[in-house]
Amino acid sequence: MSLTVLPSSAVGGGSDASARRQLACWIAAAVVLGVAAGLSTGAAGFSPRAAWADLHGPDAALLLGQIRAPRTLGAALVGALLGLSGAIAQGVFRNPLADPYLLGSASGAGLGTVLVLAAAALGGGGIGVAALAWIERVGLVMAAFAGALAGVSLTLMLARGAVHTLRLLLAGVVVGVLLGAISDLITVASPDALRGKQAFMLGSTSFMDWDALVLMGAGLALLAALARRYARALDALTLGEDSAASLGLDLARVRLALVLMLSLGTALAIAQAGLVAFVGLVAPHLVRRTAPGLHAWLLLASTAMGAALLLWADVVSRALIAPEELPVGVVTAVLGGGYLVWLLKRRRVT
Amino acid sequence: MNGVSTCGLSAQGVRVRLGGREVLQGVSLQVGAGWTALVGPNGAGKSTLLRALAALQPLAAGRVTLTVAGEAVQDVFAMPAARRAQHLAWLAQLGDVTGELTVRETVELGRIAQLGLLGTPGAADHAAVERAMALTECAPWQHRRLHELSGGERQRVLLARVLATEAPLLLLDEPTTHLDAPHQVALARLFRRLAHDAVRPCAVLSVLHDLPIALQADQLLVLDGGRLCAQGAPADPAVQAALVRVFDGAIRIETDARGVLRVALALDAAEAS
Repeated sequence: MSLTVLPSSAVGGGSDASARRQLACWIAAAVVLGVAAGLSTGAAGFSPRAAWADLHGPDAALLLGQIRAPRTLGAALVGALLGLSGAIAQGVFRNPLADPYLLGSASGAGLGTVLVLAAAALGGGGIGVAALAWIERVGLVMAAFAGALAGVSLTLMLARGAVHTLRLLLAGVVVGVLLGAISDLITVASPDALRGKQAFMLGSTSFMDWDALVLMGAGLALLAALARRYARALDALTLGEDSAASLGLDLARVRLALVLMLSLGTALAIAQAGLVAFVGLVAPHLVRRTAPGLHAWLLLASTAMGAALLLWADVVSRALIAPEELPVGVVTAVLGGGYLVWLLKRRRVT
Repeated sequence: MNGVSTCGLSAQGVRVRLGGREVLQGVSLQVGAGWTALVGPNGAGKSTLLRALAALQPLAAGRVTLTVAGEAVQDVFAMPAARRAQHLAWLAQLGDVTGELTVRETVELGRIAQLGLLGTPGAADHAAVERAMALTECAPWQHRRLHELSGGERQRVLLARVLATEAPLLLLDEPTTHLDAPHQVALARLFRRLAHDAVRPCAVLSVLHDLPIALQADQLLVLDGGRLCAQGAPADPAVQAALVRVFDGAIRIETDARGVLRVALALDAAEAS
């Protein structure tokens, strides 16, 4: 990972390069250990001994191959998508507090989920249990995905493209409030949808299967490659929008491409795991604080950091009150919120 | 080509409206190789004019064209942004830089103007960055981060970023802000040197608040209330008269025994009146 550092930085900026190398090693270790811990966490909580027994038990293929592995890797992929989307959002909006849910994707996905749940509840009498289960699983994923993209499209339409950053952010807020209100209305009319919506809002990694992993993996690979091509544009944007434009960037186009990328990443993650809070905000933050650098590095490191964070949050959510489990979004919210509070206190002291 | 590049910018009847107010009311001007200083009181429209010339501010009316040796005259708003950036660099008045880039990384951003987003920097790019940092004396602390620097130091880095583009036309909005006296003098020398380079003379157009520095330029543009009221060499009595007029008589311009122009605040006169 440290290969992404430009050679010029290695001339005398050795401390920067070594900070980045160190962080890359830490993240890599956290990911490897996180995967191992995820595979070892089951109904007995975090227990390598129980995991060893499971591995040699009769249900090893089912338990590890079909339940724990997809879930663990799924958490890593969702975290990676959110980390990357967050890093892009903070770069394109030139704001360290920007997060991937800003542009209406969260409320759009929420509305999509509620619509499907309400429809299922309405038609529940007429269709079979199997069909209902299918709707609740596949239908929800697709509805959340389509809803997230529809929310962002609405924001872009309202802002008339991505020409003005402020207009874009305001449109995102408006869309968020509007779609949220519509969701609330529907849940008033169809209370059955409320439970499902709540599960969605809290975030969960428990529904992952291998198909979801392939989808997210392919999406992540595509987005990471695309984001790398735009890393230099994000670097230029640190100078301010006018200065970036004066360097020959077609800002409206660049911004639109970046917004679409972060929206696709967010939609993929939301569709599979619901609204996992704070990972997209905190992952890029942690990277910039410990080992700042150009966006070629920031994007990659934030992706990996997001993966590590959600892996461990998933382990905590499953181990803390085993055999019960917490919604992973609650764990990330507590950890992420705690981190921000700590950051605020530190800022005040120094 | 004989090595002397002639690059020029001209504006015809430029009008800009901001929030219902006509900030520029039909400005026409011509800038070629050499150092031109744009001066005028607060709110005269200097920054807006510079942004309009850099194609960053849409016009209500008028036209801005770029002349590059050996090429047809081009409208700066119509030409592709990447082409424009190769010829025209712009320095913001207050660079609100975000992020944690180092001095060197910031100056290297200037090369995007020549390389585009996907180009790989080579030896020539490296040399341009080194030269830009040497000219603005920021090479010794090139590995510090921008947000650790003082205002004046940051201003020099951002100027180096502009110089690193190697564009022949430099539009600089208040490049001397925050600078201490030695660096203001150094900058005035630098502008003259860039403008009169034997191989590649640049066209430097700078908005300047410091009149003593502005008077060192080859040409002065005096802007007031969105109109250009004088244009010419600093020694031109008409230009000097316009200067005194637009600053409400708060300054005095004198020529000393050695023929050097001096400008002073008319403090005693204000008290007398």
